[in-house]
Amino acid sequence: MMSINPFSALAEIISSSAIQIFVLAMLGLIVIGTIVQMIHHKNVTYFFNNAKKAKLAAERELGIGEKSGIILKTIVHDIATTAELGAGKRRVAHVMGMYGTILFWVASIVLVFFYTAQGTPISIVWPMIWHIGAIMTCVGGYWFWLFLRVDVLAEAHPWYRIIKADLFVLALLACATTGLAWSYFQYSGLPVLSYLFLVLFITSNIVLFGGVYWSKFAHMIYKPGAAIQKNLAEADGSRDNLPPLADAPKQFGLGIKREQPKHY
Amino acid sequence: MSTFVYMTRCDGCGHCVDICPSDIMHIDENIRRAVNIEPNFCWECYSCVKACPNHAIDVRGYADFAPMGHSVRVRREEEKGTISWKIKFRNGTEKNFVSPITTKPWGKFIPKLAEGEKPNEGEINSQRLYTEPQGLNIDGELPSVPKDSFKKGVYY
Repeated sequence: MMSINPFSALAEIISSSAIQIFVLAMLGLIVIGTIVQMIHHKNVTYFFNNAKKAKLAAERELGIGEKSGIILKTIVHDIATTAELGAGKRRVAHVMGMYGTILFWVASIVLVFFYTAQGTPISIVWPMIWHIGAIMTCVGGYWFWLFLRVDVLAEAHPWYRIIKADLFVLALLACATTGLAWSYFQYSGLPVLSYLFLVLFITSNIVLFGGVYWSKFAHMIYKPGAAIQKNLAEADGSRDNLPPLADAPKQFGLGIKREQPKHY
Repeated sequence: MSTFVYMTRCDGCGHCVDICPSDIMHIDENIRRAVNIEPNFCWECYSCVKACPNHAIDVRGYADFAPMGHSVRVRREEEKGTISWKIKFRNGTEKNFVSPITTKPWGKFIPKLAEGEKPNEGEINSQRLYTEPQGLNIDGELPSVPKDSFKKGVYY
């Protein structure tokens, strides 16, 4: 199952160009949703106003080389490993879900555009990446949603309480889960269940990408931007108005003892 | 001066929700970030400001006595055991202070509520607060006013 491209069998019923148009439509929905959200929520305006304020409060000007170094370090350390979440389960779950989603989406695009149409070569590696990505998304996502969500962990709400902020993670999990189920039932030769999960897979994709304006989807764009701005502000001395680092040695005393926020 | 959260810095970890003694720090249902739901009920203890690992919580004075332009920012450096404060006045004056972290571990002075027994209906409706009277180091009963002795009419 893992090495079979589920889109190939689909291309026998629907033309491969229709599948490609669907993928392009989803990409279009991301762009439209993000732009509308930027206009309505004014988060980009806030971001640039903040950057302007930081520039005025800067104690020194950063050179292009220094800026590039900070941006590169932020990408490698803060963004690629979600350092913001500190050490712990949340970070592991997020990293797993993040890389799983990236693999799942990249493999979907590669499979649909290069290995689905009739006459195109058969790939073993990309279907495996697609399946592994979906499994990683499910493991990281369900772990987060059932146990690590702040509503459950710190607020003591039950795991089944669904709020608007769950739209993104639930739609993403639905995509990965129904995608895997669709692939499995297609492989097992159960056409009814295969079609059922195909319909659910398509629906969850439309909800995920069509709901960008309402969901937390765009945090994938804003969070890296905010991390870069934060590190640049630390380097140029504006520090988002924060006090300077304390002139004290690291002694790892009592202050380091931070427990999980679940003392309700 | 009550607290508020910078949404761009908050990552929704829940430490402020956990520590707030007034139970007014909660998670926003739309964006899953922390929010002070009732600034009027803020005790100004700054526990959340100091607990935030992302320095996402700030302090804002009420507009009548501290008009916009000032700021109070806190940086907690756990590995150094320090809390730094930066007070910025409206006229541009800045003051910086560094203090040691004096937070005590959970369970020592701050009760571990998750491990405690759930209060029964009688305790919930009682006029006593949590751990009273033992928590006040008082032997014997606390004075109470029976509800039927309340003055009839509108209370404000």
